[in-house]
Amino acid sequence: MSSAAAERLNLELAVPGSRRVAAGLNPMDLQQQTLERPESALIAEAKAGNSGAFEELVNRYERKIYRLGLRLMGNPQDAEDVLQESFLKAYEHLPEFREDSRFYTWLVRIAVNEGLMKLRKQRSDKSEPLEDAVDDDGQLMPREFRDWRPNPEQLLGQEQMQALLLNAANTLPAGLRTVFFLRDVEELSTEETAEALGLTAGAVKARLFRARMRLREQLAQVLKRA
Amino acid sequence: MTCKEAFQEISKYYDGELTNDEKRVLKEHLGRCGHCQIVFDTTRKTIELYCEGELFPMPEVVRSRLHQALRRKFEQKAT
Repeated sequence: MSSAAAERLNLELAVPGSRRVAAGLNPMDLQQQTLERPESALIAEAKAGNSGAFEELVNRYERKIYRLGLRLMGNPQDAEDVLQESFLKAYEHLPEFREDSRFYTWLVRIAVNEGLMKLRKQRSDKSEPLEDAVDDDGQLMPREFRDWRPNPEQLLGQEQMQALLLNAANTLPAGLRTVFFLRDVEELSTEETAEALGLTAGAVKARLFRARMRLREQLAQVLKRA
Repeated sequence: MTCKEAFQEISKYYDGELTNDEKRVLKEHLGRCGHCQIVFDTTRKTIELYCEGELFPMPEVVRSRLHQALRRKFEQKAT
């Protein structure tokens, strides 16, 4: 969901809370960033060989890339591997970054490729599909219609909640959950997501719908038992 | 609007892809259908839960190992 869409959503149906707050972005961080050197200057310096400038870029995005890896891979060890490999690769390939996309989008693309490659290796001997499976429409029909009250966060501790969310995401094929994380969590546009994953915009939209429906259903089932 | 159509529209709604008329039709359906209203609310909640950065913190030791690996890479490049 784009920020603009989120804004519309807040205005029109009085959705509680803002996505920016939900995403854990501290307004102070944003303020600090504006006082920091502009990203384009850091990229230029890093390309010229200033490793300090590259580390500053890493400082800005390491947490987000770690979270993306954790959500995608489902465990901290693989998330750390994806984090390290992504930034090492980004450093190696920085001269090839043409700055026609956001630096963060470029990083996300590297991290997703690393993650999917790792998942492919891990699952090569399993029957579980990594790519999008052909979905039976029946799977998309919601079966759980209970409201989530009290809020799940109030019901469970942070570690339990994290495990529950990661387990639920892991029940989806990687091709589906990646689209969900890129579009709804990282807030990449449909076009950016399509480019990162080598899909058409239509395929991104179709996968996003399926991912949302299936994740919602999965969480509803688990929360019912929690 | 049927419930099956509403599920598609809910996803399009969260993508900001519905026209004002389509939103009105969806809202009318949600007003009449408790199940679809719950799907609407819990879909939003699903997205919000995964966006909750505090649920996925990066341990300091992970950060420290990342920067060590980067510095080794910088040194390799320098030599």
